[in-house]
Amino acid sequence: MKVIYTDVLIIGGGLAGLRVATGVKERGHEAVVLSLVPPKRSHSAAAQGGMQASLANSAMGEGDNEDVHFEDTIKGSDWGADQRVARMFTHCAPKAIRELAHWGVPWSRVKRGDHQSIINAQKVTISEKDEAHGLITARDFGGTKKWRTCYTSDGTGHSMLYAMDNKAHEDRVEIHERLEAMALIHENGRCYGAVARNLMSGELVAYVSKATTIATGGYGRIYEVSTNAIICQGTGQALALESGVATLGNMEAIQFHPTAIVPVGILTTEGCRGDGGLLLDKDGYRFMPDYEPDKKELASRDVVSRRMTEHMRKGKGVKSRYGDHLWLDITILGREHIEKNLREVKEICENFLGIDPAEEWIPVRPTQHYSMGGIRTKHTGESQTLKGLYSCGEAACWDMHGFNRLGGNSVSETVVSGMLVAEYISDFLDSSDSDITIHTKNVEKFVKTEQAKLDKLLENEGGEDAYVLRRRMEKIMMEKVGIFRNGKDLKEAVDELEELLKRSKNIDVFRSKSRAANPALVNAYRTQKMIRVALTVAMGAYLREESRGAHSREDFPERNDEKWLKRTITSWPDTEQTLPTVTYEDIDISEMELPPGFRGYGKDMTIHNSATKEAQEKVDSIKAKMEAEGKDRFEIQEALMPFKDILPKKYQGKNERLTERLENE
Amino acid sequence: MSKDKAPRILKIDILRFDPHDPEDFPSMERFEIEESHGMTLFIALNDIREHHDNSLKYDFVCRAGICGSCSMLVNGRPTLACRTLTSKLDEHITLAPLPLFELIGDLSVYTGKWMRGLNEKLETWIHDKENELNVDKLEEKMEPELADEIYELDRCVECGCCVAGCGTIQMRPYFKGAVGLNKIARYHLDPRDKRSDEEYYELIGNEDGVFGCMTLLGCEDVCPKDLPLQSKIAYLRRMMLKTAVKN
Ligand SMILES: Cc1cc2nc3c(=O)[nH]c(=O)nc-3n(C[C@H](O)[C@H](O)[C@H](O)COP(=O)(O)OP(=O)(O)OC[C@H]3O[C@@H](n4cnc5c(N)ncnc54)[C@H](O)[C@@H]3O)c2cc1C
Ligand code: SF4
Ligand code: SF4
Ligand code: FES
Repeated sequence: MKVIYTDVLIIGGGLAGLRVATGVKERGHEAVVLSLVPPKRSHSAAAQGGMQASLANSAMGEGDNEDVHFEDTIKGSDWGADQRVARMFTHCAPKAIRELAHWGVPWSRVKRGDHQSIINAQKVTISEKDEAHGLITARDFGGTKKWRTCYTSDGTGHSMLYAMDNKAHEDRVEIHERLEAMALIHENGRCYGAVARNLMSGELVAYVSKATTIATGGYGRIYEVSTNAIICQGTGQALALESGVATLGNMEAIQFHPTAIVPVGILTTEGCRGDGGLLLDKDGYRFMPDYEPDKKELASRDVVSRRMTEHMRKGKGVKSRYGDHLWLDITILGREHIEKNLREVKEICENFLGIDPAEEWIPVRPTQHYSMGGIRTKHTGESQTLKGLYSCGEAACWDMHGFNRLGGNSVSETVVSGMLVAEYISDFLDSSDSDITIHTKNVEKFVKTEQAKLDKLLENEGGEDAYVLRRRMEKIMMEKVGIFRNGKDLKEAVDELEELLKRSKNIDVFRSKSRAANPALVNAYRTQKMIRVALTVAMGAYLREESRGAHSREDFPERNDEKWLKRTITSWPDTEQTLPTVTYEDIDISEMELPPGFRGYGKDMTIHNSATKEAQEKVDSIKAKMEAEGKDRFEIQEALMPFKDILPKKYQGKNERLTERLENE
Repeated sequence: MSKDKAPRILKIDILRFDPHDPEDFPSMERFEIEESHGMTLFIALNDIREHHDNSLKYDFVCRAGICGSCSMLVNGRPTLACRTLTSKLDEHITLAPLPLFELIGDLSVYTGKWMRGLNEKLETWIHDKENELNVDKLEEKMEPELADEIYELDRCVECGCCVAGCGTIQMRPYFKGAVGLNKIARYHLDPRDKRSDEEYYELIGNEDGVFGCMTLLGCEDVCPKDLPLQSKIAYLRRMMLKTAVKN
């Protein structure tokens, strides 16, 4: 048995995982990163549009700060987010972006003077200040009050990931590529690392570590069509789930992005609409202002996706052999703008649709895009139930997105959560609490269990075809657990998935019997894991009898704060279970800085919680009193919901802005 | 492919080989599949794996021409398979793994490992010892045009197409390739990287670097990101000559 010992095992080499790795290295701990693919090929590279951070450098970002970013994030989440976590996040996002600038990301910059821009289909002139010249600029994104999304053309994720991976090179972080974590090693509620499989040689390796971090990204590929990379299969969530001890949060919270191209589902960034692009129907009519007169194309993602679906259901979609779609028109932005700021989009249109988006409209429709749910953790990133297991990035639910995440908040979350979790892990490692003793015999047990599972798949005969099961699962998720959901379909989805789960125990890897690199074997065991993850999504959606953020029930159209202001927690304590165990975690209104309110889209259908009114009055009176006393925004915030003391010391400082200069010490 | 015509039957010849299997030897295998509308090689190869031979190895990740995983020889030419529409190809297609890189099996090659080695050798990160970062403070300014120029070169996806298309590398296994030279050009342009011309010279002022390049430009022709490799290599060569003369 091959065993590798390290302080911190990090499963996942995307933005989140790499940021944890460099962070713990800096604090003097050893780290090994496992990744299915060379880290630079991780899904993070695909993020196009940008990263939110309230720098307030550009004219349209003036007046922006942590408070505005916080409010946008909470409203976006439909009050599902953990407000303290969202505070930690918005406070640290400017620090994270400045760090990335220092490490080489060529962020697009503010240029002084007048610029033409398109806002609400009108040409407008924006004037940038002299003193902002050369600072990081930002573009508009959906659901935000200010232009806050910083970018490098439309290759933001690529530039961030390259800078991060290069930093990891510099720091000599050990990276083991083409390795797949298969199971967590744990005993008595303590995580000791993971068993991993080398995807080239087939060898199983045990990694034993004091802290283990899952940063494996989302689970979009349980859907038939998704904007996600094909490796976003939820294997990380499955790792946690199959431990039987760790839990998952809000798995039913799935985001659909308004503009993926038809039929292949490749994304065109929200930057298209942020920069002034429009959505048109089959008559070339701009329909969004009819539904959302205020934010129009730039309403929150969940809202735009639903409005588009509604409009297509009214027969206004463009018919195609792949079903209905709508148009995204960016021709009005002009060729120069497209070739400079939206060139990835242009390449995608040319290569996958054979069209020139400066001349022609792009066929789009809402498509699975982001996983708000994930491994449930405390604000430190540590699992609530399995000690020594951490998670961050899209894989986790520490919960800053609630039921809908804002565009640009995700890559931002990866680096912020990465830098924070690295500190919390390092603190843990510096304490004697992290000491471990585990018998090699027990480590071996986990390796043997994995080996036995693989043997069974390879030796089975006359069993099920994994591809057939997987395609069926993907279809069920598409058709029954989609943008609009209802009790009847969801019940059928749960029943059918349960049936698939039972059948998946009898998968047979036929023909391709190699124990080394073997795509058929990989597909077989991942299908088993994916069905399990899909069940947590379907089950959570079926039980949640309300509509919140991206979770939209036709049979329960109102957001119900009285009954459902809580997080869904799923686990799988017994491997013989055919359905997940579901419990709930209450969200406490009295602890909120921003008590539940109306998001401002469509008609207000909220069923309010009886505690909301009181909480709001309390907040209002504290604010009024302190404002009268001349207190500043930091003091007022501190009084409403203190969070600084739970941040690592080095990240507690205030953020400098052009209008909020820090004293030079 | 027009709507009315019967779909084409594609004849795809794939160079197969499993280096982990001592009994195996390289051979061409033909698969026939029906073309569908908007089919890319990503879709075609998945079709083959799912319906004809589930042991077929290849590497796709983003399937959107972004991550650089899927480079292979398509009819002899290095390119990203995921964004190659079959409609742009003849019905007879030949696929082979990218040469010069470690073969994992069939069309799957380990470009990532080669790139890692390259990055380590060239130290492709910002070198700045003096400047302690204070994350609370305003970021350092940069001219907007310069940021754009750096991004232009930062767009390389490490796909290895330029390496596979390079004549020099066949003779000089340690040649840094257009990908390496482009990276140096990128960091040299970046004022945040404080390395001196002499330090850069140490890295590429030799036959395995910029002086090994024969400017035949196989690289620029095949780069899927259309990087301006030719002008950057020419620029580096001039700069290196100047540095050599100075010392
Ligand atoms: C097309 C697209 C565009 C986007 N654009 C934006 C944007 O403009 N702004 C924004 O904020 N967000 C955007 N997002 C979302 C954002 O890109 C992701 O949420 C984020 O990059 C996730 O980063 P991560 O580090 O958590 O995970 P990932 O980058 O997905 O990395 C996961 C890592 O885990 C590894 N891994 C997975 N499973 C295993 C396993 N079992 N064993 C070992 N390793 C494993 C993988 O190899 C990979 O290295 C976009 C998403 C998509 C799909
Ligand atoms: S120009 Fe230089 S780097 Fe490019 S292919 Fe020719 S020899 Fe190789
Ligand atoms: S320079 Fe172009 S061809 Fe070479 S690795 Fe980079 S993107 Fe690929
Ligand atoms: S799969 Fe990412 S570039 Fe082809």
